[in-house]
Amino acid sequence: MGDGALGHLRICDFTGQLAGAGATKFLAAFGAEVIRIEDPVTGGRWDILRGAPPFKDERRGPEFGSGYNNHNVNKLGITLNLRTERGKELLAELVRRSDAVTENFAAGVLERWGFGFERLRELRPDIVYVSNCGFGQVGPYGRFKSWGPIAQAVSGLTFASGLPGRAPAGWGYSYMDHTGGYYMAMAILAALFWRARTGEGQWVDLSCTEAGAALHGPALLDADVNGRPMRRAGSPHSNRNAWPAMAPHGVYPTAGDDDWVAISVVDDEAWAAFAAFVGQDWATEARWAERSARLAGQDELDVRVAAWTAGHDRFALAEALRSRGIAAAPVQRPAERIDGDRSTAAWGLWPTVVHDAIGSVRVDGLPVHLSETDWVIDRGAPLLGQHNEEVYGELLGLSTAEIGALHQNGVI
Amino acid sequence: MTHTTPGGPLQGIVVVELAAELTAYTGKLLVDLGASVTLVEPAEGSPLRRYEPFLGDRPDPDRSLWWWHYQASKSSVTADLDTADGVARLQQLLAGADVVVEAERPGSLARRGIDETALRAANPRLLWVSISSHGAADPRSQQPSTDLTVLAEAGPVWSCGYDDHALPPVRGGGGQAGNVAAHYAVMSLLVALLAREERGHGQRIDVNAYAAANVTTEFASYTWLVAGETVQRQTGRHAAPRPTLPTQVEAADGRWVNTGPPRRGADFVALAEWLGQLGVADEFDEFVLLQMGAELEHIGMDQMEADDLVGEIFAAGRAAMFFLAGKLSAYDLFVGLQERGMPAGIIYSPDEVAADPHFVARGWVRPVEHPELGRPVGYAGAPITFPATPARPLRPAPRLSDRQ
Repeated sequence: MGDGALGHLRICDFTGQLAGAGATKFLAAFGAEVIRIEDPVTGGRWDILRGAPPFKDERRGPEFGSGYNNHNVNKLGITLNLRTERGKELLAELVRRSDAVTENFAAGVLERWGFGFERLRELRPDIVYVSNCGFGQVGPYGRFKSWGPIAQAVSGLTFASGLPGRAPAGWGYSYMDHTGGYYMAMAILAALFWRARTGEGQWVDLSCTEAGAALHGPALLDADVNGRPMRRAGSPHSNRNAWPAMAPHGVYPTAGDDDWVAISVVDDEAWAAFAAFVGQDWATEARWAERSARLAGQDELDVRVAAWTAGHDRFALAEALRSRGIAAAPVQRPAERIDGDRSTAAWGLWPTVVHDAIGSVRVDGLPVHLSETDWVIDRGAPLLGQHNEEVYGELLGLSTAEIGALHQNGVI
Repeated sequence: MTHTTPGGPLQGIVVVELAAELTAYTGKLLVDLGASVTLVEPAEGSPLRRYEPFLGDRPDPDRSLWWWHYQASKSSVTADLDTADGVARLQQLLAGADVVVEAERPGSLARRGIDETALRAANPRLLWVSISSHGAADPRSQQPSTDLTVLAEAGPVWSCGYDDHALPPVRGGGGQAGNVAAHYAVMSLLVALLAREERGHGQRIDVNAYAAANVTTEFASYTWLVAGETVQRQTGRHAAPRPTLPTQVEAADGRWVNTGPPRRGADFVALAEWLGQLGVADEFDEFVLLQMGAELEHIGMDQMEADDLVGEIFAAGRAAMFFLAGKLSAYDLFVGLQERGMPAGIIYSPDEVAADPHFVARGWVRPVEHPELGRPVGYAGAPITFPATPARPLRPAPRLSDRQ
């Protein structure tokens, strides 16, 4: 096995999309040997990202989806047809040699293939099995379908993102696919840590919706002890801040087309600095000096602040405010935070990998650095069945002729 | 039967947390995983105790519901790190700890005589988790920032909001910049704990909240990285380089539902039958397109681009869901679509989740006894449950008034 913090671990990986593949990407970046298993009959298409946009150029098809590449870097890829008896035997051999089995199918899929937790434990007594689905496998919605936007809706995240008196704005991307993947990675790693100390495996049944609902804890308590639900007049107003309360606090227009700046005046001291910098009569009125007055009058304040910011360049304004101790930032477009802000490249946040079909392409890196065992992302995602020879040959000990026969018989 | 050991997979791991907004959720997740977490706060109490909302709206260091949620089951010790005594107290705590989690401004601990190198030399197994707004080396970590400013700068705000771009883009609520940083802090700490089992010694982990939000923007980032295109925000659905059809619909009871796309012939059959059962098929103008959709096996995105009729059938499937929304409550639309095999989600407020039958059946809410209320309070459930190592019940957050 390989180098890295997790170089001693092998993951038998059925994950796909982002909610699952994102989890094992994190493990692979720290050196775990992640063997991603795909179905040769459907060409791996159960993961819709295989053939989905965006594309680097005019080429299309299951080897060209760049989301798939982004979420599956550093992994090995094999094909295996679990409709065949030989395919099931090969999976059993792979499970015997793996530390964890991971999947984010709909509830019950692995069980129907004959690889529920009890069977996995027969094959490998200390196996860690992590399943990840939208609603968890147990409960009235156990069979319900989900992906990021659905988990966000049911968990409260969508509702809590918006302006008062309007439809929920929600999240303009699959925040809960990312986050479901983060919790799945935690589940795998924590269960492996328990196994490292005790020798015991376990099955962790992760529910993305439940994990998402845990992200709004104070709202639950406010509803329970104060009888104040989030669904009420004027609520939510998620550009404002209630925990802790501060004003002004919002996203304000600046010079330019669809250009905005975020400003948070966190306390009375910051307000004094802000008012002095603005220098206009409305800002220096004594009545705004205290936070309670600013909170009570924040509708009026927001109109004033927006009129003032409207003439400014958002980058220069944010810089000027920051240098005076006031929290502020431009609302950045992707190009501005990826190519315009050199700190992200300096961090190594956009590593370049070579994908054998797509070519050279940048992907998301990791926002952490470990002083002794840092991550490395240096290989593109696997092509369909790219590592069949390596895994079936070197790991399972099959001869070239046997592997050829598996191909011919539609097993791999 | 599976052998079970109560206490969570990190039981026995000792964590010292220097109380800060950016450490709170990391510490909480470690509690949920079974670690023992001790908060370090000054004698007058952490400023976080003054975060709203308060029990009965009465500001008090023991009545902050924000504090209750994030600090439940942690213990607390007093150490003023601006004094020699406080520094000595912290050094003593760290000598026996597995993990320290801190989000002090980079360099400020050293200026107060807290020498990370020496502490790690004295306790080589110590894992030092340092969370900052922009990473330890970036000058912006020395400047003030908030959840809003980090999410604005890092991309999430650009992607969220409304079709109408005269309205400002929107920050998703709930303190998610801190949450995303916490997720990466815990994932990385778990890697370092596993590495420590193999190698025997600890290390330093630098967590960058701005970078974490940057790589938690899905399509927005890789559409730029790969195709050089910029996504534009849309109401209640993915920001995209070109406009897409709405997916979010208001139901007859004024609540909203997020719907998935009709993809399979069976979806069109089910929608047509449902309209019939409700006796409203005649009111739906595109009914014939639903019947044509029933003949298709599967609708792919590439087919819609290639064949206008397929695109019309797809739009009719969406329209049928929106038409049904006008006849049904949000809950009935959500469950009705799901029971017919189509993904959909009711848009709950966070507190409404707790009362949903599925979450109730799973026992998600955690009751915590609160003597000051004389009744248990419902706390958010743990994000992950480990059957072999179930979590212990939560205890209320440490109270300032219990101090000697």
